[in-house]
Amino acid sequence: MDFITKLLAATIAMGTSLTFATIGEIYTEKTGVLNLGMEGTMLMGALTAFASTLASGSLYVGLVVAMLTGGMLSLIHAFLCVTMRANQVVSGLAITMFGTGLANFLGQRLGPVSNNYNLVGMNLPKKFDNIAIPLLKDIPVLGAFFDVSILTYLLYLIIPFAWFFMYKTKHGLAIRAVGESPKTAAAMGLSVSRLRYLYTIIGGMFAGLGGACLSLSFTPSWNDGMTGGKGWIVIALVIFATWNPGKAVIGTLVFGGITSLQFSLQAAGIKMVIPTQFLAFAPYLITFFTLSVMTILNQNRKGAFASPSALGSSFAIDDK
Amino acid sequence: MKKLSVLLVLLLLSTTLIFAQGGKEAAPKADEPFKVGVIYISSPGDMGYSYMHDQGTKAAEAYFGDKIEVIRMENVPENDGAARAMEQLVDAGCKIVFANSYNYQDYMLQVAKENPDVYFEHCSGYLSNPNMSNYFGRMYQMRYLSGMIAAKMSTSGKLGYVGAFNTPEVVRGINAFALGARAINPKATVTVVWTNTWYDPSLERQGAIALLDQGADVIAQHQDTTEPAKAAIERGKLAVGYNADFRSIVGSDSVLVSPMWNWGNYMIPAIESAINGTWKQQSYWGGLEDDMVKLSPISPLVPKDFQAQVMAKQDEIAKGSWDVFWGELKDNTGAVRQKAGEKMADDKMLTMDWFVEGVIGSVK
Repeated sequence: MDFITKLLAATIAMGTSLTFATIGEIYTEKTGVLNLGMEGTMLMGALTAFASTLASGSLYVGLVVAMLTGGMLSLIHAFLCVTMRANQVVSGLAITMFGTGLANFLGQRLGPVSNNYNLVGMNLPKKFDNIAIPLLKDIPVLGAFFDVSILTYLLYLIIPFAWFFMYKTKHGLAIRAVGESPKTAAAMGLSVSRLRYLYTIIGGMFAGLGGACLSLSFTPSWNDGMTGGKGWIVIALVIFATWNPGKAVIGTLVFGGITSLQFSLQAAGIKMVIPTQFLAFAPYLITFFTLSVMTILNQNRKGAFASPSALGSSFAIDDK
Repeated sequence: MKKLSVLLVLLLLSTTLIFAQGGKEAAPKADEPFKVGVIYISSPGDMGYSYMHDQGTKAAEAYFGDKIEVIRMENVPENDGAARAMEQLVDAGCKIVFANSYNYQDYMLQVAKENPDVYFEHCSGYLSNPNMSNYFGRMYQMRYLSGMIAAKMSTSGKLGYVGAFNTPEVVRGINAFALGARAINPKATVTVVWTNTWYDPSLERQGAIALLDQGADVIAQHQDTTEPAKAAIERGKLAVGYNADFRSIVGSDSVLVSPMWNWGNYMIPAIESAINGTWKQQSYWGGLEDDMVKLSPISPLVPKDFQAQVMAKQDEIAKGSWDVFWGELKDNTGAVRQKAGEKMADDKMLTMDWFVEGVIGSVK
């Protein structure tokens, strides 16, 4: 039992960052914009959060700056894809290349003079520590959910809200309409461009927040390329969640759980039946599986699990 | 007329180009610095592996002063780009080129064959050529000493080790650490978690957390970031660093000690011999006796008399009267791998793919 509780705690700690970015990307993709720039955006978020916290001494300043940075990077993506109608895949990849490169460049220039302007090797005076809720934290296994950082508690509020907003409000309907059929949405009098801009930027802000979770809470430090491919896992998680913000958390727990499990089994000295290398790429294997199952299910249930129809395509009001 | 003048100008230009070329090929002046090229896998700002190499380069710069000029190339990938980087250094006039990562070796061999008048130095590999040496250090000696300290300071006797890949280098380090630990506490165990990455702050930390969850109270590592050590300290446990002095980077005395590299002690003589024309091809594997590896200052948490005991062991290794892999050695299935009273041969150490008694985990 203790083993599972600790496994769950490790999974939640790691998964917080992933879930923030996944919810952001779901909203972006729901409006029909594919943003492959997640990895670069998260890394820039991690960098700016760390640098500004170090400079200001406030973790919350770090969070805000990370969100602004994420939003700004995604604004570039929105401008290219919505206004300039560029290829979304190419633009997203460019954002990732640019973001990771710029973050690693700035990481060695934004630090204090005493450390040769380097952020690597600097330590935060404080970080987002775990806050345990009395009584609730003593529940077997599930108690792990109530001994987490404030960022994770914030997520507990955001997940149901994100689901409710998407599926139970008029505005959420507009978002989905723009992603499914921009032409119809435009005919209904919705501004496709404005919604796409808005949710691409909001998606980027969430990605920035996801990056900040890493550098201010989980691994409180700055290291070159510290996101280590999490931005790509996010893209897979969106598919795994079938573009439903409510299900994003399940994907995070499964994906994060597999990673944590392989370490826990090794640490417990349990003879590994499955090689660790296999577990390392298992998340991507699950993505293949999910994609296949979704295709089969969609044939029977008429697109209940399908991606937004207009995902990846550009739109202009005068399109025929 | 116009055409003729254009032709004349072109002719003039081409002759100046030829002369310029000729000037470049003239013998270098005596006071011109000797050019040294250095290639790093990451940036020296990583405060880890490449940082320590750059400390070596800086030691060489301080030693030679104006006599040498160093050209550094950072973040060079381990692919064909490495060959291009080496060629650029040769074109820039470098007479000796260092490269610090294992997978550079094939590219270096290729470039070395094409440039027989330039010396090449590859760190951590095994390939060589009449103008290409390879070099590395006996880090396992320091791992042994750090294992002694870890076992002394552990209350549970359960030590954790976050390892990158199951290469002989890492396995050797884990074994040496375990032997050192069990020399102090025969009941100590070392549990290994593989991350399958040299560098990933999140995964390294997760590996450490898993070990701490299972009751390990000292975390050692063969990884490139300080995250495993920081994870241990945040839980109020102890850590052993690697590469650089983690105690000063992390700012906590809970980092007991860090095994460190001393690359300058190889680079300086290599550059000197290249300047003097006495350079010789070699496969160099230096240890304590050559001051290639060292221990960082030990944390004040470790009792003074025990520190003296560790230093005595260090002297013994430095003198060559004893070494870490000295028989009898059993693996963790109980089979004898090294006969009693014998020192293990280098080739057996360089291909090590088994864990000693007391290590929990599997190499595969």
